[in-house]
Amino acid sequence: MMSNPLVDIQKLDKKYSLPGGLLNSGERILHAVNGVDLQIRKKETLGLVGESGCGKSTLARLIARLEKPTSGVIRFQGVDINTYDKEALKAYRRNVQLIFQDPYSSLNPRKSAAVIIREPLVIHGIGNRNSRRQAVLDLMEKVGLSAEQANRYPHEFSGGQRQRIGIARALILKPELIIADEPVSALDVSIQAQILNLLKDLKEEFGLTYLFVSHDLNVIRHMSDRIAVMYLGQVVELAETKDIYNSPLHPYTQMLLSAVPSYDPQKKKSRAAIKGEARIQSVQGCIFQNRCLYKLPLCQERQPLLKKIDEERFCACHLAGAIK
Amino acid sequence: MSPLLEIKELTTVFDTNRGRIKAVDNVSLSLRQGETLGVVGESGCGKTMLALSIMRLLPPNGSIIKGAVKFQGQDLLNLSAEEMRSKRGGDIAMIFQEPMTSLNPVIRIGEQIAEAIRLHQKLPAKEALALSIEQLREVGIPEPERRARDYPHQLSGGMRQRVMIAMAMSCHPKLLLADEPTTALDVTIQAQILELIGELKKKNNMAVILITHDLGVIAQTADNVAVMYAGKIVEKSPVDEIFARPLHPYTIGLIDSLPDGGGGRGEKYLKTIAGSVPGLYDLTPGCRFRERCSWSFDQCAVAEPELKEIATGHFTACWKTQQKY
Repeated sequence: MMSNPLVDIQKLDKKYSLPGGLLNSGERILHAVNGVDLQIRKKETLGLVGESGCGKSTLARLIARLEKPTSGVIRFQGVDINTYDKEALKAYRRNVQLIFQDPYSSLNPRKSAAVIIREPLVIHGIGNRNSRRQAVLDLMEKVGLSAEQANRYPHEFSGGQRQRIGIARALILKPELIIADEPVSALDVSIQAQILNLLKDLKEEFGLTYLFVSHDLNVIRHMSDRIAVMYLGQVVELAETKDIYNSPLHPYTQMLLSAVPSYDPQKKKSRAAIKGEARIQSVQGCIFQNRCLYKLPLCQERQPLLKKIDEERFCACHLAGAIK
Repeated sequence: MSPLLEIKELTTVFDTNRGRIKAVDNVSLSLRQGETLGVVGESGCGKTMLALSIMRLLPPNGSIIKGAVKFQGQDLLNLSAEEMRSKRGGDIAMIFQEPMTSLNPVIRIGEQIAEAIRLHQKLPAKEALALSIEQLREVGIPEPERRARDYPHQLSGGMRQRVMIAMAMSCHPKLLLADEPTTALDVTIQAQILELIGELKKKNNMAVILITHDLGVIAQTADNVAVMYAGKIVEKSPVDEIFARPLHPYTIGLIDSLPDGGGGRGEKYLKTIAGSVPGLYDLTPGCRFRERCSWSFDQCAVAEPELKEIATGHFTACWKTQQKY
């Protein structure tokens, strides 16, 4: 095992109960995060990829402690975050910051950029008027905003600039871990590249650790050291980025990668093998069985667990390693 | 062979309280039967307004002030509202990004498709419903008889888009306008929908205008590509050619800024296009890309470059490129 991870997640579960239908009084359970084991190492970028409804945002929110898990443990620097007292929780909130997808709805429209970026300092009672002002201006410069823009309001900025404000706000408390939930999904390609470069620069400069959540396989490949692939609440594959892309082990990872349209018109991909939708059909066995090309009788009986294939590779498939 | 659709110098303006803007500026395009034309550009470049102009479905403050949209030789802009209505959904159909907002939430999907069919063909309700079930089967919806009785909210996003496609295909259109048809969908569902559109296109020898911001989708589905920037087409070319040899600095910048395209793979930093798209309110004379362009020179501020053919079928609107060739 490597040195102690920054975040250590063990058997994490989050269930939501959905209201029953009009005639059906029985409660339905949505198992958003289902038995997840995952470690985030210090100073790495861990990519979390999956399609909508796979639980990646829920997992991010659980780590940020915006929600409490149904069961399981999240340890930060070795301590279970559920056992935190008020002081420790406040310190945790300082150490773990979020960047959201939509810079339009995550910024208060009635506050100026400088006030938005400064707010975490005020809430945590850090510094005085002058030092806060200086901190805000320094950080604005680092994220590529000018001092003249300090007093402008969110609507006066473009989408990319708003995301820069969101990033500055996340960084002002000097956190250890940044959870970026689809940070560039709402942006145009040319702006997206600017923000991705900025995130890389800041990571180096501040020695940050990133949990980078995205549905975009090209973006996640560019940003991540390791990648966890989620499907219907479970991590189905975890490996170093190059291994995920060069030799994906799980049939879902393989399907996902073959679905990404190539930028090379010469390389027309066969999409014939891509079928079905992410829906839980059976409680027994593998969650991917209804879409899987390699299904065995065993897959209907027993749920495959995430198991170690070699040093840095984990896969939850009975056939792991046997499928090319 | 004469083109199926020929757009000439189409110009669409919007009157807003800040003044008049040209959302589509002097656009000329043509499309053969069975061809897929990809229109690509970033938000606000006018690609959706181009499609809505072809359909004559502009919002109330928008109007077409110049140009022609010839469909099988007939200018759609000269048709009466009545005649245009029968073209829409008949010869020309359109699908949108978010199928939930284009379907009626309180009508069963089978009936919605049947209604579309009966608008264009005189048929008893029962036969139309049977046809609509056939359409659902055609677009790959499992158990179409049962699904026809579902309401839109009972279907997944991918299934709803299939329903929209079934409705669009119900009168066998010759031209399908697809505006970001897969943007709201997951990548494995996107692959299935693109596959479906491709199959239907081939089977019906239909032409498709595919509007998207996603260059990967363009590379995989289009025959020809038009790149739009701030209301204008800046480059037009066969698809292989544009990815192998992009000519306009904006197209080059777009391809280079992709995380896994030309510029991104294995590099630590992505190439970027400096600045952002100019507002259409404060356009100055000259090329609209020049503020962000590293190639710009005196000429670019003087006059706006027009599309010029550099290689066979490959057009670009850039002074520098035109000088070079």
